[in-house]
Amino acid sequence: MKKLILTLVAALGLVAGAHASEGGMAWDKAPVNTTDTASLQNGAKLFVNYCLNCHSAAFMRFNRLKDIGLTDQQIKDNLLFTTDKIGETMKSTIDPKQAAAWFGTNPPDLTVIARSRAGSGGTGADYLYTFLRTFYRDDTKATGWNNLAFPNVGMPHALWQLQGDRRAIFEERESHGQTEHVFKGWERVAPGAMTDQQYDQAVGDLVNYLQWMGEPAQNTRIRVGVWVLLFLAGFTFIAWRLNAAYWKDIK
Amino acid sequence: MAAYREFKEISPNASAGAKLTNWLENRFPTAFDAYKVHMSEYYAPKNFNFWYIFGSLALLVLVIQIVTGIFLVMNYKPDAAKAFESVEYIMRDVPWGWLIRYMHSTGASAFFIVVYLHMFRGLLYGSYRKPRELVWIFGCAIFLALMAEAFMGYLLPWGQMSYWGAQVIVNLFSAIPFVGPDLALLIRGDYVVGDATLNRFFSFHVIAVPLVLLGLVVAHLLALHDVGSNNPDGIEIKGPGKPVDDKGHPLDGVPFHPYYTVHDIFGVSIFLFIFSAVIFFAPEFGGYFLEYNNFIPADPLKTPNHIAPVWYFTPFYSMLRAITSEMMYALIACVVLGAGFGVLKAKLPGFIKGGIVVAAVVAIALMLSIDAKFWGVVVMGGAVIILFFLPWLDCSPARSIRYRPGWHKWLYAIFVVWFVVLAYLGTQAPSPVGERVSQVGTLFYFGFFLLMPWWTRLGTPKPVPDRVTFKPH
Repeated sequence: MKKLILTLVAALGLVAGAHASEGGMAWDKAPVNTTDTASLQNGAKLFVNYCLNCHSAAFMRFNRLKDIGLTDQQIKDNLLFTTDKIGETMKSTIDPKQAAAWFGTNPPDLTVIARSRAGSGGTGADYLYTFLRTFYRDDTKATGWNNLAFPNVGMPHALWQLQGDRRAIFEERESHGQTEHVFKGWERVAPGAMTDQQYDQAVGDLVNYLQWMGEPAQNTRIRVGVWVLLFLAGFTFIAWRLNAAYWKDIK
Repeated sequence: MAAYREFKEISPNASAGAKLTNWLENRFPTAFDAYKVHMSEYYAPKNFNFWYIFGSLALLVLVIQIVTGIFLVMNYKPDAAKAFESVEYIMRDVPWGWLIRYMHSTGASAFFIVVYLHMFRGLLYGSYRKPRELVWIFGCAIFLALMAEAFMGYLLPWGQMSYWGAQVIVNLFSAIPFVGPDLALLIRGDYVVGDATLNRFFSFHVIAVPLVLLGLVVAHLLALHDVGSNNPDGIEIKGPGKPVDDKGHPLDGVPFHPYYTVHDIFGVSIFLFIFSAVIFFAPEFGGYFLEYNNFIPADPLKTPNHIAPVWYFTPFYSMLRAITSEMMYALIACVVLGAGFGVLKAKLPGFIKGGIVVAAVVAIALMLSIDAKFWGVVVMGGAVIILFFLPWLDCSPARSIRYRPGWHKWLYAIFVVWFVVLAYLGTQAPSPVGERVSQVGTLFYFGFFLLMPWWTRLGTPKPVPDRVTFKPH
């Protein structure tokens, strides 16, 4: 019964959260550079270690990581936890029913998460970068965690060992007859394994990886695009002169 | 004409190419005739400007869509459980699949851009006027088929917007009195959008509608080549009294091939430059060509906060949303005004006036008794259907905007601004201000067309020249 109530509370929180995130906080700019292989590799490591426990990336194959400079052997030795086949996709081992019971919802697939979360506030990467850096302790929530970018989120802070434990300080303010909670700052409860700067860097790498994973062909796309446009520019010039050569006789 | 043809003999000393041509011409003369009629001896006015590229471009985009579509279908799975996954499979695991998919998704938007500009060209130069009414009507039918094609194609990626967009639009049909709910059920094949819907939309998208589209395109082009192309001056280049050269060809025309083929190759290369720039550098186009929410798999239990159709439907979607129960009173007032004018001011026989009064009373009774949602659907459909009647609504003495009274240009400019404003509002979440603005826009849109018989007769047209205005390159 207690579990059921917790689930309901969490589910309600999600609904409210989806609504609140509409007007949510302003997003920080994510340091995305999908040609930085060191950052992408670090991001992939963080992703496999921290995200893949609950989330899948069911359309992403492990061996695609060769595109960011890893070898088959490196992938096998360091990143292959959930399967033993390198051609397999990144599927989490979590039981969807249990996940729904624990968090109030199934953890969403992360393959194209960076593409789906874009909005008027910025790119999907900006959102994720903000989201992963604004978790805070909130004992009123089922998981004990809350988030500024996604209020009442069902997800606990998966990276808390790295970031440490923080509380958010809110100031109550009267506005149009309603009490609003305005975020004032952070209060550290316990330090994490990383300094704030290191943590931002790590999340930046993780988000960079998520951005790349959303469209692994994106670097190729841009590289090919430059050549296509150069070709078409030349072709346009020739077509322009050819047209002029034909039309010069028309009086 | 299936008359007997003389078998042409060719000198044994002729080149191999000439012999082959002769061999083919003796066996398939229709192809050679068609080439002459539609290409080498189709005389088009020589004064075409920038606006005349969009017809050829529309044909090019149609071919791009068909060819990329063929390759997409090789890996796409029309199955609610697999559709989203198969699109990602195309994007990731199929060699160059991402390019094919982006060409197809960008092509859909490009199709509408090109077709909107093509239609606006017709509006500017009166290309729908006698004797080109059928060319225009086939064109409007193409536009309608294209909308159906795009709508059903948008369901196939099976993302949240695909799903909920289809849900919203199909539900509109259920607003039709009596038959609505059954009609919506027939379209969906289920009580909600589901696997059955996906399968039938797939079938329509890849075979039924493309066949209709191709047939209409052929009719559009054949009818055009029968009556000849209009031009920016809106005057005929062929016919009695028109200047011809010693071979009887119009002096103001040039053979389509090679003059307009090279011209179009130039236009195509510029188009492909822009098209490729989008494909390779901004395939999502800021969420307008590929909506962000559509990267979330369809979830029948989670309605998105804001459901917006893709940009090319938004002007019409805005008009649909503009029809609230409040707006119905404005529409009733319009009916009263229209009928009052017909009865009191127009010179019509008594029985027609009586008919107008009866029709107005019936219309108002229906408007008061049927839900505004239904009238929203009527307005949205009417906004497209009204285009079919343009040849008879426009009564301007001069065809081309060039020789119409100067203020017509401003009126067309305001029309374009309203169309863009409606399109923008359709992409936004509903708001009280947006609703009011879209209501004014809707009234302007319909006013523009319905009052055309009146305003196009106003003012004095400028003198129309006998020959086309052409500046040699």
